[in-house]
Amino acid sequence: MFVSYKWLQEYVDLSGITPDELAEKITRSGIEVEGVEVLNEGLKGVVIGHVLEREQHPNADKLNKCLVDIGEENPVQIICGAPNVDKGQKVAVATVGAVLPGNFKIKKAKLRGEESNGMICSLSELGIEGKLIAKEFSEGIFVFPNDVTVGEDALEKLQRDDQILELGLTANRGDCLSMLGVAYEVGAILNREVKLPNPAVRTISEKATDYVQIKVEAKEDNPLYVAKVIKNVTVAPSPLWMQGRLMAAGIRPHNNVVDITNYILLEYGQPLHAFDYDRLGSKEILVRRAKDGEKIVTLDDAERTLTADHLVITNGSEPVALAGVMGGANSEVKADTTTVLLESAYFAGPTVRKASKDHGLRSEASSRFEKGVDPNRVRAAAERAVELLALYAGGEVLDGEAVVDTLNVEPVVISITLEKINRVLGTDISIEEVAGIFTRLQFETTVDNETITVTVPTRRGDITIEEDLIEEVARLYGYDNIPSTLPMGSSTPGYLTTYQQKRRTVRHYLEGAGLYQAVTYSLTSEAKATQYALETREPIKLAMPMSEDRSQLRLSIIPQLLEVVKYNVARQNDSVAVYETGPVFLSNGTDALPDEREHLAGAITGLREQHQWQGEKKEVDFFVLKGILEGLFAKLGLEQKVEYLQAVVEGMHPGRTAELFLAGQKIGFIGQVHPTVQKELDLKETYVFELSLETVFAEEVAPLQYESIPRFPSITRDIALVVEKEKVAGEIESIIVEAGGKLLKDVHVFDLYEGEHMEPGKKSIAFSLKYFDPEKTLTDEEVTKVHEKVLTAVKEKSGAVLRG
Amino acid sequence: MQERLKELQQEALEAIQKATDLKALNEIRVSYLGKKGPITEVLKGMGKLSAEERPKMGALANEVRDIISANIEEKQQGLEAAAVEAQLASETIDVTLPGRPIQTGNHHPLTRIVEEIEDLFIGMGYTVAEGPEVEQDYYNFEALNLPKSHPARDAQDSFYITDEVLLRTQTSPVQARTMEKHDGKGPVKIICPGKVYRRDSDDATHSHQFMQIEGLVVAENIRMSDLKGTLELFAKKLFGEDREIRLRPSFFPFTEPSVEVDVSCFKCGGHGCNICKQTGWIEVLGSGMVHPNVLEMSGFDSKKYSGFAFGMGVERIAMLKYGIDDIRHFYTNDVRFLKQFQVKE
Repeated sequence: MFVSYKWLQEYVDLSGITPDELAEKITRSGIEVEGVEVLNEGLKGVVIGHVLEREQHPNADKLNKCLVDIGEENPVQIICGAPNVDKGQKVAVATVGAVLPGNFKIKKAKLRGEESNGMICSLSELGIEGKLIAKEFSEGIFVFPNDVTVGEDALEKLQRDDQILELGLTANRGDCLSMLGVAYEVGAILNREVKLPNPAVRTISEKATDYVQIKVEAKEDNPLYVAKVIKNVTVAPSPLWMQGRLMAAGIRPHNNVVDITNYILLEYGQPLHAFDYDRLGSKEILVRRAKDGEKIVTLDDAERTLTADHLVITNGSEPVALAGVMGGANSEVKADTTTVLLESAYFAGPTVRKASKDHGLRSEASSRFEKGVDPNRVRAAAERAVELLALYAGGEVLDGEAVVDTLNVEPVVISITLEKINRVLGTDISIEEVAGIFTRLQFETTVDNETITVTVPTRRGDITIEEDLIEEVARLYGYDNIPSTLPMGSSTPGYLTTYQQKRRTVRHYLEGAGLYQAVTYSLTSEAKATQYALETREPIKLAMPMSEDRSQLRLSIIPQLLEVVKYNVARQNDSVAVYETGPVFLSNGTDALPDEREHLAGAITGLREQHQWQGEKKEVDFFVLKGILEGLFAKLGLEQKVEYLQAVVEGMHPGRTAELFLAGQKIGFIGQVHPTVQKELDLKETYVFELSLETVFAEEVAPLQYESIPRFPSITRDIALVVEKEKVAGEIESIIVEAGGKLLKDVHVFDLYEGEHMEPGKKSIAFSLKYFDPEKTLTDEEVTKVHEKVLTAVKEKSGAVLRG
Repeated sequence: MQERLKELQQEALEAIQKATDLKALNEIRVSYLGKKGPITEVLKGMGKLSAEERPKMGALANEVRDIISANIEEKQQGLEAAAVEAQLASETIDVTLPGRPIQTGNHHPLTRIVEEIEDLFIGMGYTVAEGPEVEQDYYNFEALNLPKSHPARDAQDSFYITDEVLLRTQTSPVQARTMEKHDGKGPVKIICPGKVYRRDSDDATHSHQFMQIEGLVVAENIRMSDLKGTLELFAKKLFGEDREIRLRPSFFPFTEPSVEVDVSCFKCGGHGCNICKQTGWIEVLGSGMVHPNVLEMSGFDSKKYSGFAFGMGVERIAMLKYGIDDIRHFYTNDVRFLKQFQVKE
């Protein structure tokens, strides 16, 4: 809602308060003022001029040479390119020295050899948006009515010496979609009186009901319909001040009749519609739901097909308006209209909203009906409109109204205790202060002891419960005056759950290991949604996606991280190490919520260490990433329970991928991205993993127990085993562990050789075995006995040969 | 004999003087002081001396020995020190060369903000509640006092999967779910971070996916002033001790009264700058007293219980706090962006 500061002064005394101060006060007490626009900012020196002579420019077809009286001693010559400039017009002249928007300074000039002392202006040259300029002047200069005085400030005449407060209204404050609503609000804030218009209408003896009868079939959609009839109207431009106010409020002027309905819409918040009575072609208005497939051509010349969801105004048979949204072309007020039927009605919000949505038509009228108009203003607005029609369109108002009124307006009455107000706000406001606030709001109140009973005016449909009243008190009492306290009562322990703590541990660990945390989108394309999924189910698709790229919910994180890697590599960030924790979505069928599983995924490529000047620069490989995961499982106390088994996973390198099993349950995979995928994404060797974090965290971890520091020395024996190339280290290690029994404290690979000194098809793996007895110092003999057992087992079970 | 000893002393001291390394010095020690050395030789001739002279000569010989020995010792220390120095000199490195890099990553800036807020509220007795990102229409809207016909829930603004299931548009459904679980018994004190989704085209200031963090307290006698005090603490912790807040009335369907909360500008301190658009204040969150309908729908007696709730966009906080100019940075994950958030302030 655009609120004119000057116009508002007609209802509330604003003396001593600048527009900026007013904006601040309004914002602080409930309605955000999003901006204050100074309409004539950067504009000066524009006066009313009188075109005394106009002739064709001698050297230019499209230019006119005008002699213009600008209220100075002598008329001046101005060259004007507007097609509609003519002798006798009153026009806006930017005189020499004037400044127009964009700091455009008007100087004396010569145009094609002819002197020009100023510029005759169009409205857009005066800073008015093109869509707000009346059609007849949209292509040329604006022509003023003849009664303006030459030399006067043209901007003042156009109501541009004003400031406009732009209100950002929340859904509940539809009441402020009217000047009167804003006046009540401002009156309450400033504690000043509100002066309402008091229409004085002289009627003729003919009765409106002789001209029209109203019938309403759809009473729920339209509980109140008031029609007034005005005859002998002269359709003409509306007064300049009214056009100025409409433009400042964002509405384009048309003619006096239409402008008056729009003016009342702004003033009262009550949308009105003017029909050309003679074009209605009947003496009946019938309000009903449309028939399926029924058609109407609306004022914007669009033919619209209706359904039974839509409410229409008809002349008894044909629709003449889409109720509350837009009038029909067949009954439009035109230049030759003489009798006007004025509609002022209460249409139900949801009905209007439906029609407005279905037809993509959001009008000033529909947005007000949607939010709910004040039922008690329907007649008042009509009364005010006919007053203006009589004044500015020369109309004669017929006596009375044709009406259907089934509206039962019961004002909301709420009782609240002072104790409750103070308890909710944490304040110590007195009963007098509270009562004073409601008086300022012009809410009728009675105070009984410490209970206040408030009758809420119908204009404030947003107030229905005690809490709404508390808000009114709070905002006018001032939030600054509410103290700052902390909740009292028993204290509660604050903590992270074990799961949440583990998630933080994982993040810190991975970051310590060199990975950056990434956050990517959950929505992805159909192709990517199921790539690399640990578990696949029906993809979950959006009903109305905005693009194919974001149309389905992801079942894995890796495709998103590969995008991140690709993005970075393409921007010279050659070494990338990232991880993400977040949900993947597994469908449980239509209308059931999916399973959201938290996954952990990571991707690395490039150098292990950047900016290294010593030693060899090493690229990341499978074992770098595996080492990171092993460290992670160690951190989570699960390293003994995790197994890595060679596996084939789609999109992964078949020889360099392992599936991970935790206590026998598959939890994810790790490996190199398949070279063809790498190529598609323009990546070098890239390694990824994805784990079901929920499964990992769900695994029971033995409580931490101290193990005594060894008091006796251990004995280490190294062995090198020659085995078939296909034999995997993990298998041999298991054999060693099993055979080593409880004296074997630790075993690990310390070398692998597959070079030229080996027999073809063989490799040598070296293990280091550490023997230890916590009870005593082991003797060589004791170790040898176990070690021999190990060697025998390895030879027998894996066909290994001890390397010399 | 006396002369011979003096001579030997002179000779030895000269040799010591000339010795340049420990090996030479050791040879001197052996040759002069050893059992076969010249002093021993000289002493062998003591038998020829008179009884009075013998002790004198003995004393002199010992004195020569001691002098030579002391000189050797002194020289040795000198040579040893020189040797250490030489070694150290040869081992000198260029300490201005860079160290071996330890590659580390860090939190995403959104996580950084979320954890900072979580930790602040955990300290005040809150727990962290999480909920599904794909949500039932009921929890996302209806339980929050947004019935199906409410104008504020336009299907155009939400990603629906079916008529009843959508990507949550706010983290508030977690509040509704948590309250429901509490079975009408307070206190509830939670902070709810999470991803939310809206049908917006991605540009510098809009993202179809973003993060929110909300707080909820429901207990007996929770007051608006408690909300104000809590948010004041929050603002000071997150934006600096000198910050102030102001509440502006607003409207949200799930709170009544509702307020928007501004923090005094942390860039200019409230004098007016481009960050706060010359107002001195920056809008950071929305909040209010939990609407009685919301309490009742979640099983709480609104006569007995009251509560406050607040919520904010994490991206907005991060953008304000770190001066980030484009919301898309959070989701493209450019390493040059991510690595800027490693510093512990």
